[in-house]
Amino acid sequence: MYSKEVMEHFTNPRNVGIIEDADGVGEVGNPVCGDMMTFYIKVEDDRLADIKYQTFGCVAAIAVSSKVSEMAKGKSLDEAKIITKKAVAEALDGLPKEKMHCSNLGAEALAKAIENYEQNRHS
Amino acid sequence: MDKIYLDHAAATPVNKAVIEAMLPYFDLHFANPSAVYDIGAEIKKVIDEHRERVGALIGAKAEEIIFTSSGAEANNLAIKGVVFAGQKKGNHIIISAIEHHSVLNSARFFERMDYEVTFLPVDEYGLVDPDGLKKAIRPETILVSIMHANNEIGSMQPITELSSICREKDVVFHTDAVATVGNIPVNVHELDVDLLSLSGPSLGAPKGTGALYFRKNLRLMPLIQGGIQENGRRGGTENVPGIVGLGKAAEIAAQELSHSENIKRVQQMRDRLVQGISANVDRIKYTGHPDRRLPGHASFCVEAIEGEALIFMLTGEGIYANTGSACASKALKTSPVLVAIGVPPGLAQGSIVFTISRGNRLNEIEVAIDTFSRAVKKLRALSPVWKGHRHL
Repeated sequence: MYSKEVMEHFTNPRNVGIIEDADGVGEVGNPVCGDMMTFYIKVEDDRLADIKYQTFGCVAAIAVSSKVSEMAKGKSLDEAKIITKKAVAEALDGLPKEKMHCSNLGAEALAKAIENYEQNRHS
Repeated sequence: MDKIYLDHAAATPVNKAVIEAMLPYFDLHFANPSAVYDIGAEIKKVIDEHRERVGALIGAKAEEIIFTSSGAEANNLAIKGVVFAGQKKGNHIIISAIEHHSVLNSARFFERMDYEVTFLPVDEYGLVDPDGLKKAIRPETILVSIMHANNEIGSMQPITELSSICREKDVVFHTDAVATVGNIPVNVHELDVDLLSLSGPSLGAPKGTGALYFRKNLRLMPLIQGGIQENGRRGGTENVPGIVGLGKAAEIAAQELSHSENIKRVQQMRDRLVQGISANVDRIKYTGHPDRRLPGHASFCVEAIEGEALIFMLTGEGIYANTGSACASKALKTSPVLVAIGVPPGLAQGSIVFTISRGNRLNEIEVAIDTFSRAVKKLRALSPVWKGHRHL
């Protein structure tokens, strides 16, 4: 059902955790729906210097969070903003059809964290 | 890595003796049982011998057994067979809210055809209230179907009480006994049911086998119209090797169940699993009835983590269990059983079900306890819902 890459990221998820003094936080989903991701970012010189997350969800949800964090870490904010659910799914060598929404959630959570950072900056 | 298999509700390994019994019926004794000549008639006899063995497992006569392809088919035949036969006038059907999909959807099938269906609620342990059934039965009620035990939460229904209410009110009573036949002694006369479904994979018989018990003189419209097989009640050339397998498995099960220590041992393993998990993992709910439940069944809802992820963590270390979590279902819907017993949707995501059998060993349970505790710890460490790391 799941690719080797998905199973790798599920068994050894990268960048798990929280950042106490995060520059931006993005949370999507809720346990009632069965999926929830909270992304924390630290921004330096417009780049994602650090990124951590916590996830409540299935194998796909955890693998997606890990992959998104891996794809986004070190990237510029502009580069990170255009990480799509399709790119995430491809980077994971594909997801079962009914799990594609998990890749959407991951991309969304990251976008929200960046949005939160930009809001904080302007306030 | 040695596998530790704790999902016997899903499938059981077929006994070597059963496989050996089946083999000659593929190439040696292969004639069609309906053929007029000797080698066909012989096979017909073999089928009826094995029909007797299946009957014997549940206290029924051979002629009260119809062979089907599965428990699901037996359920469909019971419900649609009774309703379409129209032996009693009426348009009301009663089932519990926690039936298997084959019963639920058969009932919904009739709902779409202007029949009325009552879905009896269950309490927090998954039990149907006999008074609730009494109140729900009307003059137009033609069928009640309530499962003997539920495979998701293990609870066993008070079938004898429920069937006697139906007997009093002259309503046909069917029970889906897929979860119980082969695990505990089941007798159709003690339960006093009109129809009972059983499934081969639940008792060490091959997949693709099952049976329906029906009380004599009960009119049943066949689902599969066809020839003369199963006395006109189920068309199609018989699955001879499967039937032989089912009969042999039934015989073995009957023998094993006649020794109560076998059931006790399964119960002990289950109790140890529950004790071990409860001692090592906090914030976890044991679902289903604490006592009135299948001897090898243990089901939990674990706070702050999701069931499919837990299952994969376990299989990564060779341990096989099941889950009712929404993410694990193709439909991505929360288990209707957990909803029916009032488990909050977030907690229902953390569902895990273990079904232990006579083939398991106590040391496997110890490994399972340890692996389970570590898996829950790991998943909670990355969960935003655990210990309230909710930021917004």
